This record gives sequence, structure tokens and C-alpha cells, in this order.
Amino acid sequence: MTGPMRVGFHAPDAVEELAHLVAEAADTRTPIEVMGRGTKREVGRPVKYGTVLSTENLNAVSLYEPSELVLVAQAGAPLAQIEQLLADNEQELPFEPVDLGPALGFGPGQATIGGVIATNISGSRRIHSGSARDHVLGLEAVNGRGEIIRSGGRVMKNVTGYDLARGMSGSWGTLAMMTEIALKVLPAQREMRTIICFGLDDQTAVEALCLALGTPFEVSGTVHMHAGLAEQFSEAEIAGSGKSVTAIRVENFPASARYRSNRLKQMLQAYAPALELDTGPSRIFWNEVRALRMFQRRPDHPLWRISTQATIAPKLINAVSRKIEVRALYDWSGGLVWLETPPISDAGTVEIRRTLAEFGGHATLIRADASVRGAIDVFQPLDPQLMALSTSLKQVFDPVGILNPGRMYPEI
Amino acid sequence: MSHIALPSPDQTILERRNDLLKRLKKLVPGAILITDEEGRRTFETDALTAYRCLPLAVVLPKSTEQVSAILHFCHQNKIKVVPRGAGTSLAGGALPLEDAIVLCLSRMTQVLDIDLVNRVARVEAGITNSGITDAVASEGFFYAPDPSSQIACTIGGNVATNSGGAHCLKYGVTTNNVLGVRIVLMNGEVLDIGGPELDPPGYDFLALIVGSEGQLGVVTEVTVRLFKAPEGARPMLIGFGTNESAGACVAAIIAAGIVPVALEFMDRPAIHVSEQFAAAGYPLDVEAILIVEVQGSDDEIDTLLEKIGQIAEDFSPLTIRMSQSEEESAKIWKGRKAAFGAIGQISDYYCIDGVIPLSKLPKALQDIGWICRRYRFDVANIFHAGDGNLHPLILYDANDPLQLERVELCGAEILKLCVELGGCLTGEHGVGIEKRELMHEQFSEADLTQQMRIKAMFDPDWLLNPGKVFPLDERGAQ
Repeated sequence: MTGPMRVGFHAPDAVEELAHLVAEAADTRTPIEVMGRGTKREVGRPVKYGTVLSTENLNAVSLYEPSELVLVAQAGAPLAQIEQLLADNEQELPFEPVDLGPALGFGPGQATIGGVIATNISGSRRIHSGSARDHVLGLEAVNGRGEIIRSGGRVMKNVTGYDLARGMSGSWGTLAMMTEIALKVLPAQREMRTIICFGLDDQTAVEALCLALGTPFEVSGTVHMHAGLAEQFSEAEIAGSGKSVTAIRVENFPASARYRSNRLKQMLQAYAPALELDTGPSRIFWNEVRALRMFQRRPDHPLWRISTQATIAPKLINAVSRKIEVRALYDWSGGLVWLETPPISDAGTVEIRRTLAEFGGHATLIRADASVRGAIDVFQPLDPQLMALSTSLKQVFDPVGILNPGRMYPEI
Repeated sequence: MSHIALPSPDQTILERRNDLLKRLKKLVPGAILITDEEGRRTFETDALTAYRCLPLAVVLPKSTEQVSAILHFCHQNKIKVVPRGAGTSLAGGALPLEDAIVLCLSRMTQVLDIDLVNRVARVEAGITNSGITDAVASEGFFYAPDPSSQIACTIGGNVATNSGGAHCLKYGVTTNNVLGVRIVLMNGEVLDIGGPELDPPGYDFLALIVGSEGQLGVVTEVTVRLFKAPEGARPMLIGFGTNESAGACVAAIIAAGIVPVALEFMDRPAIHVSEQFAAAGYPLDVEAILIVEVQGSDDEIDTLLEKIGQIAEDFSPLTIRMSQSEEESAKIWKGRKAAFGAIGQISDYYCIDGVIPLSKLPKALQDIGWICRRYRFDVANIFHAGDGNLHPLILYDANDPLQLERVELCGAEILKLCVELGGCLTGEHGVGIEKRELMHEQFSEADLTQQMRIKAMFDPDWLLNPGKVFPLDERGAQ
């Protein structure tokens, strides 16, 4: 690539070229929209960029060693392709990344692995296996100076130097543009069983989910959804229940999964477990949770992702729902709440943030019109000390401020 | 003394020592300040005992406020600070400097909050790793990372080095088990990073802090995740005729979808020395043994051990011993746990901490043997096979300065080999002073510069734990 950078869309197929383009943009102070395949383009503060730089042509799986539990892929590799490759080898991404695509108006499975790590949006199994960033072993990225930097490696354990790889996770492309990611993978669980309770109120449901997580049975999924949210689910009994749905998952080899599920059902007697799904229906159910099926029907309704403590979550949601009508999916036994609000002008920001300030936790607006996102804080406002530190970190990676500037916060 | 240089001390600080310490004493009357030579002697080294240096003074604060006041004072007076937990670093991460104050957190050992419903605990940084588990064990919970020094090492030190342990294949290392820290920056500013939630808001500063070897700030409180203890755990021992077949068996176990909670490897020299001292009944006619531990109910354990036994059959095992009782489990672990001590009984040893991709195991062991022969040292290999974290123990005479220098060169060559094979310089001990000059082997100039920019952002004067992690010439170039 030679000559001045054109305004428009660039999707280089070599890291060096991408680095060159970033360096040129730095020279001309041209803000870059950092993108994979664009499925999360409409998340974050709306910003006017000078050019789009995509990793979609950096999409190879560079290395996969099933017996070493490691996969290295370029950032633009489609998540669906990686998961298929893993499935062919009876392995999986343990953090079960949420597929935001369908809730944001895209088809399923279109995200890139770079987008998954850049946003660190982990799924239900996070509660047991850790988050997306927890599985990052190493990273290659291009910083805002156009320098190619590497951190970590491709081995399971590595404390050589600072952990920039995990440090860049969840930074929404504002620190550096990831070009290659090494991930820890795990054997796929052979059997999955799901215990379902109907009609529990939020407080009771969270109590049941926390109880399940406090057992030695390696519970790997704990969700609770408000009545009506499961209407679109495939499992007829769930879809037609008309009640809230609380689900607890165990996975393992078949005999173990059965044993653990039985023990859990005994322990949860007080919560009246009404249904147990075996492997096939369980996989469908958790895939629907993962694709946020319950939030696909009302694309005009804002969707929030709230991180808090499990035992606080029901109080928090109860307080918010006294002011605005909300529908909630509790994941991580309540440590994470996906909250759908009515399409009001501030998307419920004032109420949600005021309640969070009282109870503790933080919220990100994942889905809303650009006009709304332009008027409110999409990401949780940080206290001044942390904001100052964030500004310094941005400076360190991207001194001119050309990588997704303003996407998370105006200052970075 | 050997070839690792330390930064030359700031003479103006040494000259002002008495005055500075007097002022420091007045500033934090509640903290313990050690200034006499005998007292300072206790802190002159960590577990990399070949290196020693008397610090300017040692201060043991009792609160975050005191840490803040001390750091603020040091920042204003441009005094270097070496943070320290229990001093168990094998890489010289807590080695003092002549013109530095050692800030030792060992008096801050409180458990501040335990929340078993949300499965988190908040503790002060000076509590020992096993102290956390002790605080929750009666309720059947535990803190997962388990470095072998866990009885002594502090959680603050674990955060600094991102410690691992035998069980991290299943539960992850420190960075996967810490949710938040309270950290004091070099200028005395106190910050809360992360918290009891599972995701932090904004940038992932926690990732940068964990594993930064005390160079970005001094962590005074840590919020950790807790897990419920499994119903039970039992190991099996498998002996093999070659290192290759042991390595291939590890790969086959994982390929079968089993992730054991521990997967330990010992080679022939390690087996023989440990058997001599621990008499655990290890087979002596094998080249390598694997200790594989699985967790669950009794039935689950039986099934898994049975399955692993079947897998091992493909690799011509010479011995298979499955534990059926706590007694047998203890015996199988006895030899492994005694191994480091046993080797220490027959010789001084230099413990290496490289990581390799598992598929390169046979080549790595062969080349390590070859490198050690060339340097005329015996070597015993004990390591966490599941994650490729090698711990070759090179036997040498620590009282012979020539041998010390040679063993360091030998170790460096082994670590370079690990990098060449696609691995890294350190899996859990940290860089410290020991591997500082080898950083170029693993990182490019741009990689190191990016890391040093972060160091400079947190600590522009490079006062916190300087002379560690980065090559000395690089620091000069900044």
C-alpha cells in the first residue's frame, strides 16, 4: 500500500499493511473506525470517523493444536468458523461468547473472534469457566502509532512481562487494533442437563441459582428470565409456561451429568424443579439464551447489560421497575442482567444509573438508536481518578487518538 | 557474585539516609520501621538467595493509609521502593536495592469480608495464599490457585507474579481468580480497580496490574473468587518406559475430553532422588511417571481413573497405581511433594520455570539434558505437564562462584530453548532480575517499549521495584 490514505473502507490482508495504514492515519490525524465484520457497529457512542479499517480479510486460523488446548486465529476469523472447527474436534470456547448479532439486527454467528475479545462479552458459562479475556493467551495488535506489538504467547502459562493481551481485552478497539489472538480452548462437554423451575420471583430465583453455584457440582449455567421472555423459545413447555423461567445447567460425561443433576434436584426441592432437559434440548435452550433470543423481537427497545453482585440484582431491578417497565434476563446467577427498557428518550438511563449508584454495579447500553446513544453515557461513567488513568492509558497506546476515538467515552 | 548487574545506587539518597528515615518514622509512627543492620539482613534476599543486598530500611505498614503516606513520601524524595510479601520469589522479584526502602506487607493479614453466597472474599494483601482457604474451608470453600509456596507466600505476591500452581489447568491462575484490588500508586494515590462484580467497567486495568511484579503500584487489598470444594479427589500414578510415551499419554488424556485437576510429570532422576528420601513406593524401573488427579464423587472418580487407565494402556505403561483411599492418595503425592526438598538434600539446585507447547515435550527434555551435559550439570525434571510449564532442577554447588555463573548460563540457554520451541521464559515465577536480560529473546523492541510506556505511565520516575523485568539497557534508553 502506497500513497495517501483514502477516505473510505480498508480491509488489508496483511498485518504490515494494516500497520502502515494506521501509521498513515496517525500522521494525518484521521480517526479510524476499528471494525471486524461490523456486527457491533451500532454499539457505543456514535462518532464520525474519517475511515473504516476492518480485519475481515485477516481471517485465518493460524494454529490449532487440540491436544494442547490452544487455538490461534487472526482477529477477523469468523466466530462461527472457529466454533465449527472446534466442534469437529469435540472442543469449544469455554466462555460461550454471547452472539449479539441477532439482537442487533444481524444474522447469527457473524461476529469475528477479534470482536468477541475486544468487547469481552462472555456468556452463561463465564460463571464456571471464566470470561473471554480469561482465555486469552496472547495477542498481536497494531497500536495507534502503527507499531505491531505482541504480548503473551501460545502456551497455557505465561507471566513474561506485563499482560497487555488481557489488558487490551474489552477495550472496544480504542487502545490497539487486534490482529491475532491465541486462545485457550477446552474439550466440549459430552452431556448437558438443565433443571427448570417456573414462576419464581426474582429474589427467590437468585437464591436458588446461588445455592446451586455453592455446590461442588460445577454448575455451568444459571439464568432466570421474566415471564413472557421465553415465548419464542423452541422448547414448548418453556415457551408456553407463561411464567418466569429459572434454569440451571450441569455438564460432564453422561453418568456424571446425570448424577449431578439428580443431586441438584434434591437440593432444590424447595424451588419445585418442574422440568429437566437432556442434552439435545439443553443445547438448543442455551444456544437461544446465548443468542439473546428473548431480546430479538423488539429491536426498537433499548437493551442494557448490567454487571452487579448476584444478591443485589433483584433489589436493583425491582427498584428500576418501579419507575419504568422492564424485562430482565438474569445470567451468572444475577451477576449479570440483560435489561430491556421501553423506547423512551433516555432509554431509562437516569433511573438505571441512579439505582446503580445506590446499590453498586455498572451498566452499558448495548442497543439503542444513535440519537439516544449520542445523548447519554453509553458506557458506565467512571470516577475521575479512573477516568484520568484511562486517558493516560489511551495516550500510551494511541497518543494521537485515532483508534475508535470517543466510542467508549468522549475523553478516550 | 555472578553476572546479573543491579542498578547503581543514588548516592544522594545514601547520604541523606539518616535524615530521610527520621522523617519517615515521624510520618508513619504506627508502622514498624527497621533500620538496624541485623534487622535489615532478614530482608536482604528472597528465594533467589544467590543475590543479596541490604536495603536502606524496611517498613512494615499496617494499613492502606500508611502505605499511601510512605509512597507519597518516597515519591517526593525520589526514594526507590521495593514491595515485598513473604519474599518467596524465585526470580529475585523482591530483591532489595541499596538505595531503596523495602515495603513489606506481611503485617496486613486481615480477612475483610467473606461473602459465600456471591462466592467472593476481600482480604488484605499480606495474608498467605492458604490463609484465604483456611478462612473459608470450614464452609467447604477454597481459593483455587495453589503455588507450592502457598503456606508462606502472600496473596499480594501472587497478584504481583500472577502465580499459578498444580491445579491451574482446571481453575486458572491468579489473574483468572482475582476480581478487584485496592492499589496505591507511587504518588500515594489510592485506587479501587475492579470489585466484587465479574466484569470491570472501562479498561481492564486489573489485567495490567496482575503480573506486573510490583512495578505499577502497591496492592493492599484483593477481592478473590471462591469455589466450592469438590466432593473428593484422588490421583493415579502411571510409569512409562520413555519420556515420549509419557508426553503422548498426556496429549491423549486431554484429547479424550478429560481435564484432570492435576497432571504432574517427573523424570528418572527426579523419581530416584525423591524415592530415596520419601520412600513413596515409586517405580524405579521407569523413565517417567505421571501423577494424574481427578475430582468428583467416589463413583465419578472411579470412572475417570478407569478411563485414564485405559488411555494409558496404549502407551505401554510399566506401572499403573490407582488410589482407592486417602492413605494411598497421600502416598502417591508424597514423593512429588517431597521431590524439591529431596533434591535439595543431595545438592543445591537452580529451579528453571520455562514453558513449552506440550507437543514439543520430548524434544525439550532431550535438549535440556543435552544442554546440562554440556555445562556438566545433572538435571532432574519435575513439572506441570498439562500446561507445559517445565521446572528443570539443575544440580550445582552454590558455594562455588564459578558454578553459580555457569548454572545461570545453563539456565538461560534452557529458557532460550523454550522460547525457540514456541514457549516462554517464565510460567509462574516471574521475570524479576533473573530473566530480565532475556526479555529480548521473547519480545521485540516495540513490544518492550509498549510495556515500558505503561510502567512510565504509572511511575514516571521508575521508583517502584526498578531494575526488574526490563533489561537494564532498555531502561537507560527510555
